[in-house]
Amino acid sequence: MRKILSLAALFGGLVAASTAQADITVGFVTSLSGPGASIGIPYGRGIQAALEYKGEVNGEKIRLIQLDDGSDPSAASRAARKLIEEEKVDLLIGTATAPSTIAMMAVATELKVPMIAVSPIIGLPDPADQWGICVPQPASLLVKVVADRMKRDGMKNIGYIGFSDAWGDLVYNGAKAVEADDGIKVLTNERYARVDTSVTGQILKVLATRPDAVLDGGSGTQGALPLLALADRGFKGKTYGTVALVNPDFVRVGGKAADGIQVSAGPVIVAEQLPDTHFAKKLALEFRAAYQKANNLPSTDGFSAYSFDGWKIFTEAAARALKTAKPGTAEFHKALRDEILNTKEMPGVHAIYNFKPGAYHGVDERALVIVRLVNGAWTYEP
Amino acid sequence: MTADIAAILAVDGIATGAIYALVAIGTVLIFTVTRVIFIPFGDIAAFTALTLAALDAKQLPGTVGLVVVLACMACLMEVTSLARAGELRAMPKAVLGYLVLPLVAVGIVWLAMRFNPPMQIRIVLALLLILPVAPLLDRIVFRPIADASVLLLLTVSVALHFALVGLGLMFFGPEGVRTEPLTSLALDIGDVHVPGQTVLILTAALVFSGLLFLFFDFTLLGKALRATAFNRTGARLMGIRPARAGTIAYLLGSLMAGVSGILIAPVNTIFYDSGFLIGLKAFVGAIVGGLVSYPGAALGAFGVGILESFASFESSTLKDVIVFSLLIPVLLWRSLATQHSEEEIEE
Repeated sequence: MRKILSLAALFGGLVAASTAQADITVGFVTSLSGPGASIGIPYGRGIQAALEYKGEVNGEKIRLIQLDDGSDPSAASRAARKLIEEEKVDLLIGTATAPSTIAMMAVATELKVPMIAVSPIIGLPDPADQWGICVPQPASLLVKVVADRMKRDGMKNIGYIGFSDAWGDLVYNGAKAVEADDGIKVLTNERYARVDTSVTGQILKVLATRPDAVLDGGSGTQGALPLLALADRGFKGKTYGTVALVNPDFVRVGGKAADGIQVSAGPVIVAEQLPDTHFAKKLALEFRAAYQKANNLPSTDGFSAYSFDGWKIFTEAAARALKTAKPGTAEFHKALRDEILNTKEMPGVHAIYNFKPGAYHGVDERALVIVRLVNGAWTYEP
Repeated sequence: MTADIAAILAVDGIATGAIYALVAIGTVLIFTVTRVIFIPFGDIAAFTALTLAALDAKQLPGTVGLVVVLACMACLMEVTSLARAGELRAMPKAVLGYLVLPLVAVGIVWLAMRFNPPMQIRIVLALLLILPVAPLLDRIVFRPIADASVLLLLTVSVALHFALVGLGLMFFGPEGVRTEPLTSLALDIGDVHVPGQTVLILTAALVFSGLLFLFFDFTLLGKALRATAFNRTGARLMGIRPARAGTIAYLLGSLMAGVSGILIAPVNTIFYDSGFLIGLKAFVGAIVGGLVSYPGAALGAFGVGILESFASFESSTLKDVIVFSLLIPVLLWRSLATQHSEEEIEE
C-alpha cells in the first residue's frame, strides 16, 4: 500500500511539473465506462488524434487532461467543476451522452469558462450568457436531410422505431417537424431499449401500418435490432437512419439485414470517396492519418471526428485570442469564448462551421451527405 | 390486433419467457440453498454469450483472464483461512479445487483454440470456461458472510453485480455481439412461423426443469441440497456441509446461466451489461413463485415473457413499466397470503 501511495505521489509530482511548462490547459471529459462507453471511447481517441494533429498554438503548448464521467451526468458535472477549479483549465470539451453534456455546459456557464460540446444536444441554457457551442449536426438537421432523401426516393408513409430515450425523441421530433411542411407522413412511434431482447411486437405494429419505408432512430450496434426483425418479417421497403448507426459493429451485427440502409452522415465517414473538390476531403484524410498515428487503429466512426472538429475550432480561436490575453486568466477565457463565437466559414471534417452569439449550433446542410450501406461498406450517394 | 399477430407475439413471448425461466430457476436454486439473491446471474449469462462470440471470432475470450484472477483470489483466501484454522492437511484439496481445476478449464480452452474446433465444441468450451465463475465468486464474496442476514447478502450481491459489469467492460469491450444461429430449421404451425431457435430454447428450458426435478427428488446429492435449503442447521446435524451444498448450487446455477446465455446469443445482440435486465425480469418471474418453487418460477417467467411481448406491441414506450408493475400486485398477494416464519422475523 505504501508503495502505491508513493507511486501516486510521484505521478502527482510529474503532472504538477508538466503544469509549469504547458500554457493552454484543456479539460476533456468523455464516457470511458457505462452505457455511453461505446461512443465515449471513440470520442477519446478522436481527441488524441486531434492532439497529435495540432499540439500547440502560436508556440504555446497545449496540455490535455482527460476524465471519465462513467456516462453519469452528475459525475460529468463534478468532473467539469474539478477541471475548472483544481486544474484551472481554459476550455472544456465533452462528453459522450447528451444529459452529461448539458450538465457540463451548466457548470461552464456558471464558472465562465468556454466549452465545446461534442454531443448533439438540445435544451441548452439561455444563450443570453453563452459560454459554449455544440459541434455536431443537430438532430433536426440530420433527420431533415434524410427526409429530403425519402421524398426524392418517392416515399410517402414512414414507419418510425427508435430508442426509448432522449435520442429516440430527438429523431422522432425531427421527423415530425419535417412532416408538417414536407408531405411525408410518420405513421408510428415505436420504441425499444438498448438491452431489450426482442422488438417483434414493435415491428409487427410498424408493419401493420404498411409503410413505404422505415426510419431507424436507434444508435450504435443495437440500432441493427429493428432491421433484423424487419428482415425476419420479410419487409421489402427501404430503410433510413441517422449517423448514429455508423459504427463497424452495427455493420457486423446487422449483416445482410442492414444492407441498403441510407443514413445522413458527416462527409468524414466516406472521406476517400468524396470528390477532390469537397471541402472535407483533404482534412479528413489528414485526420485519418493522425488518428492512425495516435491510436494505432484505423478510424471508422464519426464520433471521433467531432472531437477533432471541436479541437480545430478551439485551436483557431485560441490563436486569435492569444493576441489579447494570457492563458489561465479570466480575460483569456472571455477572449477565447468570443473568438469561438466568432468562427467564420471554418472547414472541418464534418462541416463548415459558422458560430455567432445566440446560437449553439453552427452548421448547415453542407455538413451532411447521404451514405448507403452496400455489402458492408458505407458508400457515398450524392 | 388480429389472431395472426397475437400468435406471433405469443411465440415470441414464449421464447423470451423460456430464457427468463432458465435464469429464474437458477436464481431460485441459489436462493434456496444459500439465501443469496444472486443478482449477477444475468451477467454470467451475458458473459457466456460474449465468450462464445469471442471463440467464434477465434479470439481468446476475456473470461480467461476473469477466471484466472478469480481462481487465484479464491485459492489465496481458502489457503489463508485453512492456515489460520491450522488445518494444513486440507490444503492440497483446497488448492486442487479452487486453483487447479479452474486453471485446467482455462488450459483446455486455450489448447482447443489452436485446433479450430467446430460450433458444438465451441459451445462446450464456452460453458466449461463459465462454470467456475459463480462458485469462485461464492468463495470470494459470499462464503465469509454466509451467516449474515438476507438483506446484507442482497446488498453485497448488488455490489457484486456492479463490480462484474465493470470487469465485463474491461474484459469484453463496449460493443455488442450476436452469434450464428444454432439451427436454421423452422417450423410452420398453421400460419405462424416458428424459428428453430425458439424450439431449441423452449426444449432446453423444459429439459433443464425436468432434470432439476429428477435431481432433487431422486439423488442423494439433490436431497442434501434440498435439506440445506430447508434448514441449514438441521442439515449440518445430519452430516451435510452447507458450504459444499452452496458450491454445488452455484455450479448448477453457473451452468444454467451459461446455457441461457448461449441460447440467447443468436436471438439478440448481447452487451457486457445486457445481463442485468434479463436477470431482473427473471427475478420478477421467480418472485411469482415466491422464490421457493421451481414450477412457480418457470410459470412466472413465461408469464413475464408473454406479457412483455404483448406490452411491446400495445405500448412499446411503457413496456418495462408494465412488466415491473406486475411486481406490486404479486408482492401484495404473496405478503397477504403467506405466513412469516419466526426466523424471518428475527432478521
